[in-house]
Amino acid sequence: MTTIDTRHGGGEVLDDRPYHEKYKHAAHFRTAEAEFDACKLGMWLFLATEILTFSGMFVAYGIFRMMYPQAWANGSHYLDPFWGGLNTVILLYSSFTIAMAIHNAQKNQQFWLKVNLIQTIVCAIAFIVIKLAFEYIPKWSAGKRPGSLFTYPFAENPYEPIWWGVYYGATGIHALHVLTGVVLIGWLLIRAQKKHFGPTHYTAVEIVGLFWHIVDIVWIFLFPLLYLID
Amino acid sequence: MTTIDTRDIGGHGGHADGHHEGSYLQPKGGLIATVWDWMTTIDHKKIGVMYLFATLFMFFLGGMAALAVRLELWAPVRQITDAAGAVKVTGQAFAWYDSFGQNNDLYNRFFTLHGAIMVFMFIIPSIPAALGNFLLPLMVGAKDVAFPRLNLLSWYVYVTGSIFAVAAIIAGGVDTGWTFYTPYSTTSDAGHWRVVFMVLGVFILGFSSILTGLNFVVTVHKLRAPGMGWFDMPLFVWAIYSSAVIQVLATPVLAITLVLLMFERIFNVGVFDPRMGGDPVLFQHFFWFYSHPAVYIMILPGMAIINETIAVHARKKIFGYRAVAFSSLSIAAISFLVWGHHMFTSQGEIASAIFSALTFLVAIPTAVKMFNWTTTLYKGSIRFTTPMLYSLAFLFLFAIGGLTGLPLGTLATDLHLHDSYFVVAHFHYVMMGGTVIAYLAGLHHWWPKIFGKMYSTFWANVGCIIVFIGFNVTFFTQFILGTRGMPRRYASYIDDLQFLHQISTVGSWLLLLGFLVHLFVFVHSLIAGPKAGANPWGGLSLEWETDSPPIEHNFHHEPIVKHGPYDYDDVVPPHCDPKDYPLPAPLPEGHKGH
Repeated sequence: MTTIDTRHGGGEVLDDRPYHEKYKHAAHFRTAEAEFDACKLGMWLFLATEILTFSGMFVAYGIFRMMYPQAWANGSHYLDPFWGGLNTVILLYSSFTIAMAIHNAQKNQQFWLKVNLIQTIVCAIAFIVIKLAFEYIPKWSAGKRPGSLFTYPFAENPYEPIWWGVYYGATGIHALHVLTGVVLIGWLLIRAQKKHFGPTHYTAVEIVGLFWHIVDIVWIFLFPLLYLID
Repeated sequence: MTTIDTRDIGGHGGHADGHHEGSYLQPKGGLIATVWDWMTTIDHKKIGVMYLFATLFMFFLGGMAALAVRLELWAPVRQITDAAGAVKVTGQAFAWYDSFGQNNDLYNRFFTLHGAIMVFMFIIPSIPAALGNFLLPLMVGAKDVAFPRLNLLSWYVYVTGSIFAVAAIIAGGVDTGWTFYTPYSTTSDAGHWRVVFMVLGVFILGFSSILTGLNFVVTVHKLRAPGMGWFDMPLFVWAIYSSAVIQVLATPVLAITLVLLMFERIFNVGVFDPRMGGDPVLFQHFFWFYSHPAVYIMILPGMAIINETIAVHARKKIFGYRAVAFSSLSIAAISFLVWGHHMFTSQGEIASAIFSALTFLVAIPTAVKMFNWTTTLYKGSIRFTTPMLYSLAFLFLFAIGGLTGLPLGTLATDLHLHDSYFVVAHFHYVMMGGTVIAYLAGLHHWWPKIFGKMYSTFWANVGCIIVFIGFNVTFFTQFILGTRGMPRRYASYIDDLQFLHQISTVGSWLLLLGFLVHLFVFVHSLIAGPKAGANPWGGLSLEWETDSPPIEHNFHHEPIVKHGPYDYDDVVPPHCDPKDYPLPAPLPEGHKGH
């Protein structure tokens, strides 16, 4: 069956291969490989900015840990390593599923691509739910809040409000990244449903995958610093 | 099944050939269609021009604030109690505007606005985002930057950030200084959202800078024309590339710092508040970890321009190409190691000594550049065009600015000079005498390329000379004021200093006059200027190979690099008349320049 597409100037013959097969790289790139490499390099540079953003929180953590070791020891005792550990496992698993999603796109396994994207989204939402239901909400309502909002009556060290400032700051910015990841992977899922990704074109899956790994890696550093060492 | 489909899948390109051979400035239909075309364009040239006008508008706002600062300093502000016991305030230039009461609040707001607007909304985006956007893809022979839509986004992000900052000004202004030092910035103006708006605006502007830098780095890596190796690129590209690397790596630290500052102000998190055990010096470390590299984001693009203007208008191969290229990269690398010299008086002695030593390292690559430029001029066929006059002004002013940095980097002298007008004069010699003067050199150099029109060289030269004199009158006096003990950010001073302050203020009016001359020259050029040829100066880099103004897709044919960007020795007759602008003679077939 041949239909005439009149949308762009007309006269061309419409082609109903899936999007990823007929994808044509943007005109200012010389080859599709150049476009893919450029997108990956751009994403790696963006990941560098992410690491530098979080480095501010890590430096603040280190400085105040040195200044007020007792407040920091108390602080980590208030956190439950079980929920932190569970969230670590969830994020690690989601990193595996997004890596598998890239693999599925490369192998043109459309069904498993969608399954793995959905699993990643479910993990991300589970992470946020655990964070809110078992950590943020109970702690906030017990008065364990940052700075001058702090009302917890049993504090043993006057500098605990700063600990909570660093805790909510670092994990809050990380949680925002998890939510951003949910949106981005949701976008991938919609496009995957339309068969946008396949062996010849999977740039978006690859670079969102990179983003998701950095979200995971930041947590891998936050978890021991906040929950495990006193 | 037939498989031809030329639909525009990637969002860019896929146009039929021969359809876009016209100038990029050609209007698309009526007024509304043309405005819509510009607001949604992903053409790097149009985005560059939009950045040009946006940043020049901010330059105007920041300049007005600077004139207000100088006007207030015409006479010292004094509180006098007369014999009858009545309190009277004298010397206030803006006494008629009394909504802030009888104090220096208005003055504090003016210098903050001047600093914040000039740094974040003018100098940082000016050269990279305006000239860089326009020229970088042309110079490497590309059709566009790597991510055209991201490029447009970065312009909108810039405008959004600027709107927040301007909203803060309209709501009454901010008095924190452009550095937002805590705890003053978290406590001043309590009950108002102005500081938060200003900080949020700067935070948003940071993303615009990151996106532009990211785009440039990827463009240079991935989109160079066939045959163009790293050492065949014009030095403009090297310096813009180095500056883009700093933009990508330093700006995120400012972002997190400003987020913490906003948390601090809104929720009292306490991280920077000494009353709660926080550390205000930590804020200074964070802030300068960005803002010191940021001064190289500001100056490297200025150096980028001087590389081109000196070589083209002296018609000589640049001296020591690789040394200049690597000096840009090493400035970028060293820029991350010297932030502590902004805290000589608030950190430990050993840290200060180390930062002082590291600071001197910056002088080496900077001096390499200065010596290479002057050596390039030696025995060149120098033509006193406006770009060349501005380049010579740059060499003179930047040398003073750079050398006065040395006593500030030395601990013993800095303890005497810090926070004085000596510092103010030093960074104005570098930022304005360096970057702004270079920006003007570049604007006059590429104006014919960008708009396809020539301007009156005579009147532009007159403007240049007025700006040069006005600049020195304004700021050289401030070196003397600084050594005589005038602290920065005060509206009041002792009577002995009034004469020097008044000279400085007169200089600021001369600067205004010079800029008005340039404004006139540019407007006249746009309305009535003669049409510029494709290559009015006889430049050899790729942007001169396309039409003026360039066609929509930049080049008629994919450019192939046949000669280096500075091979004047091969193409220029040795004793040409410096009055005319000889075009390079066509190269013999198969000849490679170097």
